[in-house]
Amino acid sequence: MAPYLVGREKVREFARATASTSRLSLDPEAARAAGYSDVVAPPTFAVVVQEHTLQQLLSAPDAGIDFSRVVHGDQRFSYTRPIVAGDELTATLTVASVKSLGGHSMVTAESVMLDTAGEHVVTAISTLVVRGDE
Amino acid sequence: MSAALEVGQVVAERTYTLTRDSLVRYAGASGDFNPIHYRDDFAQSVGLPGAIAHGMLTMATAIQPVVDWLEGDSGPGAGAWVSDYQVRFTRPIAVDAETGAELVVSAKIGQLDAEAKSARVDLTVTFAGQTVLGKAQVRVAWA
Repeated sequence: MAPYLVGREKVREFARATASTSRLSLDPEAARAAGYSDVVAPPTFAVVVQEHTLQQLLSAPDAGIDFSRVVHGDQRFSYTRPIVAGDELTATLTVASVKSLGGHSMVTAESVMLDTAGEHVVTAISTLVVRGDE
Repeated sequence: MSAALEVGQVVAERTYTLTRDSLVRYAGASGDFNPIHYRDDFAQSVGLPGAIAHGMLTMATAIQPVVDWLEGDSGPGAGAWVSDYQVRFTRPIAVDAETGAELVVSAKIGQLDAEAKSARVDLTVTFAGQTVLGKAQVRVAWA
């Protein structure tokens, strides 16, 4: 899968959509003054990148997952450094565990995101609950 | 600065109103176009009261007071940033088409390591008097 290029305006759009008033996320000058090369993505921005990889998992023909039955259970982001506009991130999705609980399935998926130097930026961990037939 | 921090200290409190506009805007910004977040008929067909907020929008909004605190004058120190953030989604937030949904966020220091210049900030996030995020923890670090 091609790397995800983090765009400045995407970061700002995401910030505005999530009630952010962070100058580091919205104002490139403020970000540079603080030592970053461009605007700093909000802490949950990695979900935009993760969304791409998760869609692959959910839409894989052999996954047998009905999208409308998926409920988000848990989410975690563990960063080595913040995401900054201009980053090119490559995400690798791993299904860490699948559990069945009373007709429901719990899928824990991990997306490890690296920059072009191969350095770790963030790991996004999601637990999705796929509800069984009622 | 960091010396003034102590466990139990409330570092930020804020109330946000999520509206249907917020949900549409977040769908576009995030790429999550699940219709349970903008179509009442679809949401009801899967057993929900109506369109509900994206869990990820709640998660993103709930951390904003912490980000503002980190960047502000009362923050822990220069270069402060969020190194880890986790939540459990415990209850859906039905967003009324006319009045929206009010989200109340409170952030307090749960654990402090002044030497390592890091802290855990615990979030309490409620809607209609009930908690909507469980184990909502933010790890912050500063220079």
